[in-house]
Amino acid sequence: MPVRSHPAPTAPADYRPGEWDEMVLPEGGLRPGWDPIVRWLDDHGPADREATASEIRRLLRENGVTYSVHGEPGDGPRPWQLDSIPWILPDGDWKTIEAGMVQRAELLDAILTDLYGDRRLIREGWVPPELVSSHRGYLHPCRGMRLPSKRQLLVAAADLARGPDGRMWIVNDRTQAPSGFGYVVENRVVMTRALPRLFHRCGVRRLASFFRMLRETLESFPTERGRRPRVVILTPGPQNETYYEHAFLASYLGYTLVQGDDLTVRDGRVWLGSLGGLEPVDVIVRRVDAWFCDPLELKEDSELGVPGLLEAIRQGNVAVVNHPGSGVLENPGLMAYLPGICQHLRGEELILPSAATWWCGERKARDKVMSNLDRFVIKSIQRAPTFGTVFGSQLSRSGREQLRQRILADPEGFVGQEQVGFSTVPCLNGEALESRRGVVRSFVTAATDGSYVVMPGGLTRVAASQEAVIVSSQLGGVSKDSWVIGPDPEPYVSLIEEAADPAPETDARSVPSRAGENLFWTGRYAERAEGTARLLRRTVLAFVEGFGEEEAIAGRHREILMQGLAGVTNAAPIHPGEDFAAVDDEDEVLSLLEDTERVGSLPFVLQCFRGAAFAVRDLWSPDSWRVIDMVLAEWTERRAVGNKGLEPATGPLDRLIIDLTALLGLNLESMTRDAGWRLLDSGRRIERAQFAIGMLRHFLVDVRPPAEERLVMESVLAASDSLVTYRKRYRTHPRLDLVLELLLLEPNNARSLLYQIERLAANVEALPRQPHAAHLTAEQRLLVEATARLRLVEIQKLAVPAGDSRRRLETFLDRVSESLSELSDALTLTYFRHAERPRLLRG
Amino acid sequence: MVYRIRHQTTYRYEEPANLCHNEARLRPLDLPTQRCLDFRLSVEPTADFRASRSDGYGNHVDYFAIQRPHEQLVITAESRVEARPESQLQFDAGVAWDELPALLLESTDTDAIDAREFTLPSTLVPRLAELDELTADDFAPGRPLLEAVDALNGRIFREFEFKPGYTDVSTPVSSVLEDRAGVCQDFAHLMIAALRSRGLPARYVSGYLETLPPPGKPKLVGADASHAWVSVFVPGQGWADFDPTNNVRPGDRHLVTAIGRDYADVAPLRGVTTGGAGHQLDVAVDVNPE
Repeated sequence: MPVRSHPAPTAPADYRPGEWDEMVLPEGGLRPGWDPIVRWLDDHGPADREATASEIRRLLRENGVTYSVHGEPGDGPRPWQLDSIPWILPDGDWKTIEAGMVQRAELLDAILTDLYGDRRLIREGWVPPELVSSHRGYLHPCRGMRLPSKRQLLVAAADLARGPDGRMWIVNDRTQAPSGFGYVVENRVVMTRALPRLFHRCGVRRLASFFRMLRETLESFPTERGRRPRVVILTPGPQNETYYEHAFLASYLGYTLVQGDDLTVRDGRVWLGSLGGLEPVDVIVRRVDAWFCDPLELKEDSELGVPGLLEAIRQGNVAVVNHPGSGVLENPGLMAYLPGICQHLRGEELILPSAATWWCGERKARDKVMSNLDRFVIKSIQRAPTFGTVFGSQLSRSGREQLRQRILADPEGFVGQEQVGFSTVPCLNGEALESRRGVVRSFVTAATDGSYVVMPGGLTRVAASQEAVIVSSQLGGVSKDSWVIGPDPEPYVSLIEEAADPAPETDARSVPSRAGENLFWTGRYAERAEGTARLLRRTVLAFVEGFGEEEAIAGRHREILMQGLAGVTNAAPIHPGEDFAAVDDEDEVLSLLEDTERVGSLPFVLQCFRGAAFAVRDLWSPDSWRVIDMVLAEWTERRAVGNKGLEPATGPLDRLIIDLTALLGLNLESMTRDAGWRLLDSGRRIERAQFAIGMLRHFLVDVRPPAEERLVMESVLAASDSLVTYRKRYRTHPRLDLVLELLLLEPNNARSLLYQIERLAANVEALPRQPHAAHLTAEQRLLVEATARLRLVEIQKLAVPAGDSRRRLETFLDRVSESLSELSDALTLTYFRHAERPRLLRG
Repeated sequence: MVYRIRHQTTYRYEEPANLCHNEARLRPLDLPTQRCLDFRLSVEPTADFRASRSDGYGNHVDYFAIQRPHEQLVITAESRVEARPESQLQFDAGVAWDELPALLLESTDTDAIDAREFTLPSTLVPRLAELDELTADDFAPGRPLLEAVDALNGRIFREFEFKPGYTDVSTPVSSVLEDRAGVCQDFAHLMIAALRSRGLPARYVSGYLETLPPPGKPKLVGADASHAWVSVFVPGQGWADFDPTNNVRPGDRHLVTAIGRDYADVAPLRGVTTGGAGHQLDVAVDVNPE
């Protein structure tokens, strides 16, 4: 392609830059690095811009990037928002940031080490003791505690903003359990896919080397006999707003995602309760706030922590990253003393200054803040306080007086900071180009030699509108990718490529028993959803088409289907207390299709399915997760958009069944057959078997007139996805003995009961055995019993009616069903953790 | 004077617990006023893992875990302590109380700097503005520190009723102030709050008090209890103890096991079990001169 020569681009005509703009110089020219961006804007009209934005939305949606999921129906995951235009950080700028971040990390690490060690900074007067002690991040039980690494602060983040003078300064330090770097990777993945050429043209520095360094550091902690350390990521769980990121990091870095009660402390070390038993844990990447980490020594009613964890750290048997005490560095009051400490410890000035800060615990500083309330920003020193950031200038006279009283009542708890304007960055709001204030979160990690490495990039967040002054430091809102422009093109670095030792990581991703349980239930719910959908589809068709039968039979058939539906789905009545028959049949079917709140309805089962799958978000391949994530959302959307009534339901039901079947295929083809997969598949098999038994029991036990019975059998075959097989095989209209043979005993029919039992037996055989297990485990015994029962049964006898019902069939089905319930209980008892809440002893 | 202390705690669970982690702060401290001659902590069933350390305030902490199902846990701490109270009782009354806050901020003395964190509110001792009324008469401007504190010590003793069982660990200081009743722990928290409110460093002291039987009666076994009182910082001299429950300056019958900002820092035992349900607690303490 010939190189086109462009005239040097100028700032877009419709762009109104702020006081200091990242893209545009005051005279109207462009700052370094922005040429390709402006060219892209010039070349892309409204339609193209919207296309890019929608491609970004699509990719984020498909990757399932969210920042908050709550269990409540209707209050679903909020999609992550990413602007099409990155924040460009040219090389010269970046060198200052990099040096400043390294200096900051070294300084904070020295402070952290000192505050929990000799406390010389306090004793020599560089930091007031009251400032340290009144911050909730300072944890007394951690005094004297050290990680066995050169640095105590292993990962850190800081929010950077540019002041009106063009200097970058630090707004917040994030040292407790910095969040955001998972989102940085997601943003980057999406940007390189949505704007590959622009990305390439800009010469953007890559992120992978940073994560490789992080991994090396985490895996450098010593273990006994030089075993490779096992690293886990400790999350508060799926309710946490950044759970998505925890799961993402676990799968990106290849570590096990755990919650507090997956771990236990014994013999002064930490163990993971996995499906195979207890396994030692060497490094914990902590995403649970330190205060919640150990109910023995910290927050005593915490259920997110691990009792005894602090002692295990003291014993040197586990490293927790970051050090539990590291939250103390987030105290904004510390910013007032950093310049002095930096001079004292390093004999130099801060490369990246913090906002000018006055801590109200000091008399003189307090007086200064009190008499300048209108110019200052007032912050609580505590993280996540009830008190947000208050701009004195925005308060009324009485508001200021109230604030003054509040500060006087707890002076140590507040700081005043000089209000500084943030620079603006270009953003696309729809097709319009706006300038908005922005903050970029930059990340550092310690390398194994103790030096610090800065991630070349970061997470940019921008204000909610062109006018807004405040950029929320919370995640959410609109984000941007941050492009550090390298001086030279960089070689491509893969995170996975050069593993230090190529030994297979058989134990590196052992399945925690909680994850096993969630996989089991994912399997059960997926299967239940599919069964429910198939039966509902058949019922809807019975209403819509009637299958060409005469009205009396068709009506009777619908009735039978309705009863069967109630029995098989175990759906709670719509109006408790009212007679089931009092509800119009069509309404009942509609409710089973749509009512998210109703136990046993299709959307309800889909919600349960998604909940169980989300709890093991880290274990799904991207494709599997895409299907899981789409199934519920699309079902709700399709039903909401389409007009009401039964007829339009068949199309969406077809799609849903296809999606669920696709997931089954993915589970079969793209998952490792480890213990987790065995449990997922067992869940599916148990559910499928139970569903089949339920159908036979509700539809075929009662003896009916031949014409009716034929139609019902056809429905059973259809809802079991076996109608085609039946026709091909027997080339006759449905006959009970043949139907039973196909659905109970045919070993090659993936829907038959025998097939499920054989799969279960294979799964149970492959699951890890408990060390003290008997010759035959409970699970094995139950399966031997069920297999024998199936193999010995005489179909002809089952089909024989006794009066108006087939007693033998009923008894037979009940027995097998019972064995399967017992099997489910036995698996639960053997492999799943039994929620044991920690209890407090006082004396 | 040398004392023998025996402190036995028994937990009986309603259901067996599988795992139990504990922290004990039961070893008497070595201080200018006392020396721990002997200490033994025994646990039944035998602990599967034990470790000990010193916490940020210099208290001795024993950690132990029981890692198998057990229905009952008995912890027995036995020690011998030599009490030498004179060092503290010879303090002079010190500076004027209202000069102390400024003095502390200027001091470069390590003890004074370390004392400063004890002027701050803590978990169980929040700031209570109402307390300044209570102490107004005792803290006249310019009054020597220990004189003022002594007056407050007497006031709490006189104006608050000792009512065992009236409060528990979670009773806030504000309701003790309102109801004018409580036990030693409440009075200690209240007095600490009052002192800190005036900018004075005050800490919580946990320990034992030898009780004497009524005249002519024999002393009952297990009749003693753990006790709590208050310590205030006197620049240049050290920490001076006050016992508002008994209106005394602790002498040779007070024995210290731990020091902290409030009870939360010094609980004699704290444990977490997994498994098990509720539990019953029995504590028996004996303090006897040798």
